[in-house]
Formats: sequence, structure tokens, C-alpha cells
Amino acid sequence: MSAPEPYVRPLDFKRGRVDLNHGAGGRAAAQLIRELFAAAFDNEWLRQGDDGARLPLPAGECVMATDAHVVTPLFFPGGDIGCLAVHGTVNDVAVMGARPLYLAASFILEEGYPLAELRRIVASMARAAREAGVAIVTGDTKVVEQGKGDGVFITTTGVGVIAPGAPRPAGHRARPGDRIYVSGCIGDHGVAILSTRESLGFETAVQSDTAALHGLVAELLAAVPQTAVLRDPTRGGLATTLNEIAAQSGVGMRLREADIPLRPQVAAACELLGLDPLYVANEGKLVAICPAEHGARLLAALRAHPLGADAACIGEVVADEHGFVEMETRFGGRRVVDWLSGEQLPRIC
Amino acid sequence: MKYIDEFRDGALAQQLAARLAAEAEPRREYRFMEFCGGHTHAISRYGVADLLPANVRMIHGPGCPVCVLPIGRVDLAIRLALEHGVTLCTYGDTLRVPASDQLSLLKAKARGADIRMVYSAADALKLAQAQPERQLVFLAIGFETTTPPTALVVREAARLGLTNFSVLCCHVLTPPAIRHILDAAGDEAQATAAIDGFVGPAHVSIVIGSDPYARFAAAYRKPVVIAGFEPLDVLQAILMLVRQINDGRAEVENEFTRAVTPAGNLHAQALMDEVFALRESFEWRGLGELPLSALRLSDRYAAFDAERRFALQYTPVADHKLCECGAILRGIKRPQDCRIFGTVCTPESPVGSCMVSSEGACAAHYTYGRFRDAGARAA
Repeated sequence: MSAPEPYVRPLDFKRGRVDLNHGAGGRAAAQLIRELFAAAFDNEWLRQGDDGARLPLPAGECVMATDAHVVTPLFFPGGDIGCLAVHGTVNDVAVMGARPLYLAASFILEEGYPLAELRRIVASMARAAREAGVAIVTGDTKVVEQGKGDGVFITTTGVGVIAPGAPRPAGHRARPGDRIYVSGCIGDHGVAILSTRESLGFETAVQSDTAALHGLVAELLAAVPQTAVLRDPTRGGLATTLNEIAAQSGVGMRLREADIPLRPQVAAACELLGLDPLYVANEGKLVAICPAEHGARLLAALRAHPLGADAACIGEVVADEHGFVEMETRFGGRRVVDWLSGEQLPRIC
Repeated sequence: MKYIDEFRDGALAQQLAARLAAEAEPRREYRFMEFCGGHTHAISRYGVADLLPANVRMIHGPGCPVCVLPIGRVDLAIRLALEHGVTLCTYGDTLRVPASDQLSLLKAKARGADIRMVYSAADALKLAQAQPERQLVFLAIGFETTTPPTALVVREAARLGLTNFSVLCCHVLTPPAIRHILDAAGDEAQATAAIDGFVGPAHVSIVIGSDPYARFAAAYRKPVVIAGFEPLDVLQAILMLVRQINDGRAEVENEFTRAVTPAGNLHAQALMDEVFALRESFEWRGLGELPLSALRLSDRYAAFDAERRFALQYTPVADHKLCECGAILRGIKRPQDCRIFGTVCTPESPVGSCMVSSEGACAAHYTYGRFRDAGARAA
């Protein structure tokens, strides 16, 4: 018989704050892990309490992706850093054609951050992971001194599996003649975040589109296994993602501005801020490219899913040694849709 | 978006393009300068050039406030932030303007300077109130458009008796710059592009009105059409310029009647007169020293002049040897004529200021138009 566990005063989730002890690897750290992370993420692998997780993998090719999340503010219309940290990595795994299975999560907490808010973030993360069907199987927590962090940074790493014989969409597979699709309105996440920044002080009804796309991807690939490229246009927006694909595939693209789905509120906010929505971040959108003959089926598959209801064909892949992504403007002219250079800064007049 | 989409209508654009094609006389060359960076941006972003006949060419003018800001002025701001330890606030694009020692405000920020991007002068004032223990300097740049808001906050700072707020005033004036371009055109020593007419400023003209352009039009026999910043505005203004040339007229016409009046915004003008005074001379990037072309704080508000408060001495700094921004701002070269365009000088690492703001001729061409340089290709 082992001695009974000594009494430990539970963490004060009402008024308590993160302190340096929580990252020191001692009793306080163990308590934070036990009462917060392990309680929220609970699964058989985490319960083993080892330094890493030993995981069963179904047959197929293993896919791994990682993503660091440093969003400000931590809570924004439509989500928070917790669910974002799950969706971001789940989506990176999913667009490879893999079924996401496991996540590792690493937290960098700033000394003084309220435990109550940390608990909200962790709960949101746990809910997002449950909904995405992934288990958070291992993790790490470090605490940095006040002023050296921004509340909470979360890095997640995801593991998934592509079943044998399943489609393997990849950035280098776009070919001239292929059609380009986007799964819905662009720019929602970026505008939702910007609308909360204090110096702007305007309110929009725009919610972040943060969502796990694995379900949409699975249905899409089942319907159109010929899908050549899948990618989620996050930071840098649609324009950056298309330029990446054009460079990887050694092709150019022709887009039609009038066909790119965009909410009027997002268009208006971008107009006000001097931003181009093509460069504004998304967190729950897909870019899909497939040969023209399968296009109609791909669009139907996208639109059949709630996350793809506003999907549209926005252009086509062309042969172009310069790799230019060009756009026919609504106005009837043409322009380059270039890589984003630096951070998008507002113009002044 | 109501009141915006109407001015970007593709069908109307085609009709205007057809009129232009019908009315531009094939034996003539039409060279028009759009003074404002806002027009440069609109022309590039909407592909307006694609709708113009081949003999109608747009020359990008110097009306991008970021592009005409000389290195020495940015150096002053950087010195304030790094050496005097002030909080320096300015508008977004200004952060990237290349300065001396491979620095820019953005790079100075990475070295620990407290530099903030603001959307309005009022935000800078608010920040000064929120941190009374720190000196805050607002780097004020821009033409007559951004000048009245600066005047307002200076007056407000005086009313509040703020002692930690000051302005590094780099506001410049449109008419002297246009006069310089026209004078230089008649001066062999200062090659400037031959210009047949001007697309006149939009927002600047809301403040100063359309009257100030009448003198240029008459004295230099150059038509001016004031235009809004939407692409249909620009196309319509170009059509009006073509008609003036065809008729042998050189008048000031106003396409932007929904916002611009002959006298302009008298209230804003009075405010500017109260808070600012003319500088005897001011260095413009690309254009050099221009007399009576910029503003400083008036004696009444001298207490809020950062140059006086911190005893700053302006030192001019020459542009990079290979940079053609000067010639480009005067309209004698196109961005693609510059040897370092798109190679050494890109939006990621701009050498010259025209590559900084998307209103700058080089950045606009690089970002939106450089596929045209790759040679004519099947559409």
C-alpha cells in the first residue's frame, strides 16, 4: 500500500495567475499540467505521463506539420488562440490529403497571465480537438518573465496518415488548363482580428472563419481524387498561397476578380484600412486546383459542405515561365497579383 | 459597397475606353501626368492602362508623400527615436522608407526604438496623453490632405497644455511641385518629361479647391482635370484631357465635382494658416530643394515643433548612386528604365523611396504591372 497523496490546494482559477514556478518543472508545473492541461485534453496517451507519446498509426504514409500561433488579441470575434492553434495545424495536415490523428502542443506563457483566461483557451483547444477528431497526446509548458511574451504563445504539431492509394495533392502538381477554386469568402479572419485592435476602434460584424477543414477535405478528395493541389490560404492571404503554388508548379495563373467571393463588410473594412483582401489572412478556407474536366464535380463537392457553401471557381492555371499570377480586374484591366512584401501596411491617402 | 462600386464598373469602363479610342487622334501622342500617388495606385491596381489607346501614355508624378520624403528627414525621425528615446508615431508606409546606415523606421524599431504606426494624427495625440511621462513625436508627412488633421491635433495639444507632444513637420505643398515640374520642362538643364496635361489631385483639391490650378493652366498652356481616385474617375479625366488637347484648350476642369469646389475647404485652409507657416525651402526627394514648398509650425505653435524642442539639425543625404527615383519622380524615366528596378531594388528591400509605397511609381509597376515588361503575350 502506498501512502495517501498529500493534500494539495487546487489552482485558483478565479484569481490566480501564471508565475515562473509553473514553468520550472517542479510541483507547481506538475499541478498546472494535471489540473489544467491533462484534465482538459484527457486521453490514454496523455494519461501515461511519459516524456513522449507512443502512438499506433494506421497503414499509409505519415504526414507531419507544425504551426506557431502568436495572435493578438488572444480572443477575437469567432474564436481564440486555442481553437486557432488546433485548426491551423489540423488544416495543414488535412490539405496534404491526410487524416489528422494526433497533436502535440507547446505553450509559452507570460508570467502574470490570468489562469482564468488560460483555462478558457485550453477549454477551447480541447473542444476544437474533439470536434476535429484529434487527440492532444503530448505537450510542454514554459513560462517567460513579464514583458517577454504576449500572454500566450501556442505551437502545435500534428500527425496524420494518408491511407494507401489515397490521393496526394501537392503544391507542385498544378498544370496549365487546371481550374482554381476557393472554398468561400476571403479575408474574414484578418478583418475580424483587425477590427478588435484598439487603435482602430471600429466594429464590424465579421467573425473569424477559423475552422477545421479535415471533413471538407475528406469529402472533396472522395468526390474528386484527381484534385491536384489543396492548400489553406492563411497568413499572406489568397494571393500569397497562389504565388507559392505557381512557383512550386512552374506555372502562371489567371484570376477573375469578379469571381472571388468576398463579404461586403470585409470589402468595406479593407477599403477603409487601405488593405487588399487578397492578402488578408483566412483560417478556414481552402484553395483547390484540379483538371478542368473534374471542375464541376469539385465545385459541387465543395458547395455540398457547410464550410464550402460559398465556393467559387476563381480562375485557371496557365503556362507562364515567369510564374506570374495575373488578375483580370472587375474594371476590365489586368494586373499582377504579387507576393505580399513585408507586412501589409495601410496607405495614407 | 455603395458609392464605391459605381466608380469601378467594368461596363462603364468599356464605354469610356471606346470613346477614348474614337476621340484620341491617331497622329498625336498624348502624355499626361497623374500627379498623385493615389491615381498611380488606381491606374496600376485596376489595370486602367489596358483600356487606353496606345498613343495615350500616363506619366507617374511625384505626388506620393512617402516617395518625396528625403533620406535626411527620415534620419531625423530615427535619431529622435534611437538617441532621444522618444515614442515616434507615423503613418504606415513611412515605416519602410530607406534611410541612412541601411536603416528605416521599421529597422530602427527592431533595434529597440519605440516607433508606432498610427492611422490618424489624433491617435498619436491620444497616445501622448496616455503616457505623460514620455515625449512623443508625430512624424507628420503628406500633402494638403493630411495637413489639416495635423493642424487640429497641434491646436488640441496647445489647448490641453501638453508638454510631451510635438510634431516633426514634413508636410509639403502641391502647387510648388507642379510648378517645378513645368518650369523644369522648359529648362534644358533639368530634363523633365514633355507633358501635355495633368490629372489633378483628388483629396488635395478637396482642401485647396480647383482655383489654384488655374494659373498653371493659363501660364503654361497645360490642361488640368481634377479627378477622383476611383478608376472610372481617372478614365473620365483622361477623356476630358484628350478633348481639351483636341480642341486646343488649356483649362482647369473638375471631374471630381462630388467633392471638389473652386474654393476648397475654407475652414481647413484657415486652420492650416493658423498652425503652419511656409518654410523658405525644403528638400524633396528626387526634386531637390524647392522654395516655399513645405510647411513648418507657425511661431504661435513653435512649442510643439520637434525640430526646435530637440534642437535637430537637418543634414541632406544623397540618394543611392544607381537609384533613378529622381528621374522617375520628374517623369523622365519609367521604373523599368532603372538598372536596379526589380533586381537590387524590390518592395522587400527598397533602395529608393518610389519602391516603398504602393503609390510609388516603382512599387506600383513592380506589384501590379511588371508582367507587361515580360513582352507581349497572348491574352
